[in-house]
Amino acid sequence: MQTKCGVFFESYREEARLLVGGFQKTRFAAFLLVLLASPWFLNNYHVSVLILINIAVIAAVSLNILTGACGQISLGHGAFVGVGAYAAAYFSFQGVPFLPGLLLAGIVAAVAGACFGIPSLRLKGIYLAISTLAAQLILEYVFLHWEAVTGGSNGMPVDSPSVLGFVFDTDRSMFYLTLIFAVLAVLAASNVMRTRFGRAFVAIRDHHLSAEIVGVDLFRYKLVAFALSSFMAGVAGALWAHYTMYITPEPFGITLSISYLAMIIIGGLGSVQGAVFGAIFITILPEALGYLADGLSGAFPEVSSYLLAAKEGVFGLVLVLFLIFEPEGLNHRWRLFKAYWKLYPFAH
Amino acid sequence: MEYYLQLIINGLVVGSIYSLVALGFVIIYKATKVVNFAQGELVMVGAYVCFALTVQFHIPFLAAFLLTLAFSVVFGLAIERAILRPMVGEPIISVIMITVGLSTVLKSLVQLFWGTQIRVYPQVLPQQPVFIAGLPVSPVYIAAFVLALVLFGVFSLFFKYTRYGVAMRATAFDQTAAASMGIGIKNIFALSWCIAAVVSSIGGVILGNINGINSQLGHLGLKVFPAVILGGLDSLLGAAVGGVVIGVLENVLGGAAKEWLNLGGFKEVAAFIVLVVILMVRPYGLFGTHEIERV
Repeated sequence: MQTKCGVFFESYREEARLLVGGFQKTRFAAFLLVLLASPWFLNNYHVSVLILINIAVIAAVSLNILTGACGQISLGHGAFVGVGAYAAAYFSFQGVPFLPGLLLAGIVAAVAGACFGIPSLRLKGIYLAISTLAAQLILEYVFLHWEAVTGGSNGMPVDSPSVLGFVFDTDRSMFYLTLIFAVLAVLAASNVMRTRFGRAFVAIRDHHLSAEIVGVDLFRYKLVAFALSSFMAGVAGALWAHYTMYITPEPFGITLSISYLAMIIIGGLGSVQGAVFGAIFITILPEALGYLADGLSGAFPEVSSYLLAAKEGVFGLVLVLFLIFEPEGLNHRWRLFKAYWKLYPFAH
Repeated sequence: MEYYLQLIINGLVVGSIYSLVALGFVIIYKATKVVNFAQGELVMVGAYVCFALTVQFHIPFLAAFLLTLAFSVVFGLAIERAILRPMVGEPIISVIMITVGLSTVLKSLVQLFWGTQIRVYPQVLPQQPVFIAGLPVSPVYIAAFVLALVLFGVFSLFFKYTRYGVAMRATAFDQTAAASMGIGIKNIFALSWCIAAVVSSIGGVILGNINGINSQLGHLGLKVFPAVILGGLDSLLGAAVGGVVIGVLENVLGGAAKEWLNLGGFKEVAAFIVLVVILMVRPYGLFGTHEIERV
């Protein structure tokens, strides 16, 4: 645990707290208040971006448990999100209410994740990355061709979520719903990292043989990491399905898996806060480029059309530049920023 | 029966292109231990450069082809110097992700310059099909297959007998030992990217001659993974065999699924199901080094 100089704990209870000290608590409370109030000041479009950020935060935090903490590279996370989305759509079509449907979607995704996690018993590093890539492509094929359940390339409609008779059918209400789950996901992930499981994951990531020697059951914990991470991804997918109200196989392609990996790398591998930063950054990036294109279109009409076409390229470029110049991610930058203000006006 | 024979012939041709792409992949992996997710995009860039030279600048095909190879040499060097050099010693996930980022950049650059529609090469080889065992086969197919065979021959000799080939094998075996024997490791890394770019461009030009090119050509790079895993990540022979086997397998399995199970598009995924099976049974492939430790 990193704590500030001069902070002393007098009880275990104090030491186990997630937020230490009054300033940190105030900061988080203020942040949450701003978030809670934001839908009342922003227009529908901006609120919908916030909803996408909430969903991305859940998925990125979950991938961070698997890849950041446990070291199991997954190129199939987008497909696991897709499994959750399709499961939620299917259960809602069968008349299962929203909350149990969400749980079931998470469980279905967890089972799928654990199945494709089985090769991790024998594979690691690049071989595991390639086997999860295969999982991604196989699952994509299933979405497209298991027409009885998924509706094939036509996709399937999904109802708005409703809890106890209240229907979440506006962007504003959807924002609060997804925010609750995003906060829950962040809390769950932060706490998992502090438990026996989290420590076992980090041990496996750092050195699998040493981990086994100190008594970590590699296969079991790897499967748990896959299942837990896919469960949360499934929940993210279910929220996605209920929010967009219509799902097709296209969004759950390899591009999605790559952008989740980009989120945790740009944010900072292995840190929950970093995953949140990355999710926000990668979700806002195309929107910001869109704005830039709009702004420039008045002066240079050709530039804007190029910019719109180049969105994907800019995503790749950002990824490359981050990996070369800031390999520890935004979270590292945030720590430097905090340290700067703590030491101000002295440089060291 | 004729249906399956046709499938096998198509598989052999596509497979020989997979082999070329896999060859580039294996050369990079062997020398630098970098897994290149942008291999398919190297194919695409080569194909588009040759297309631009022949169609847009009206250069005769053979000259354009040679110019494309020259471009690929520079291109491979530039990528290695600008993007891969800073990643030496970084964790494997960073190296994977930087090649993924590179592939997205290349793809969007190609889309910016040439759009997304299919572009067709001018006819170079005669159209009249040649009959082999009573089946019509296009001369382009034969040229593709022969060219792939020739390239594999050339590279086998290169690695066996030339100074640089031996240096590359030494680097692959043990970087520190190679460096202490006076081999310039950085040059070897650059050389391997160069060769990979050249080989991929040749694959791209062949593909362009067969059925035109579009900006989705990079997806071909994904097919490399089943091929090299089957052959063994660090084996040249494995790349050749793996590519051809995967090409034939996916065509035959796809055709069979269509005929017996009425399952469309199975061809796209057959290779990856085979891939999962290979990974479970024999992760180091047919000819690869047995370096996997049981965990």
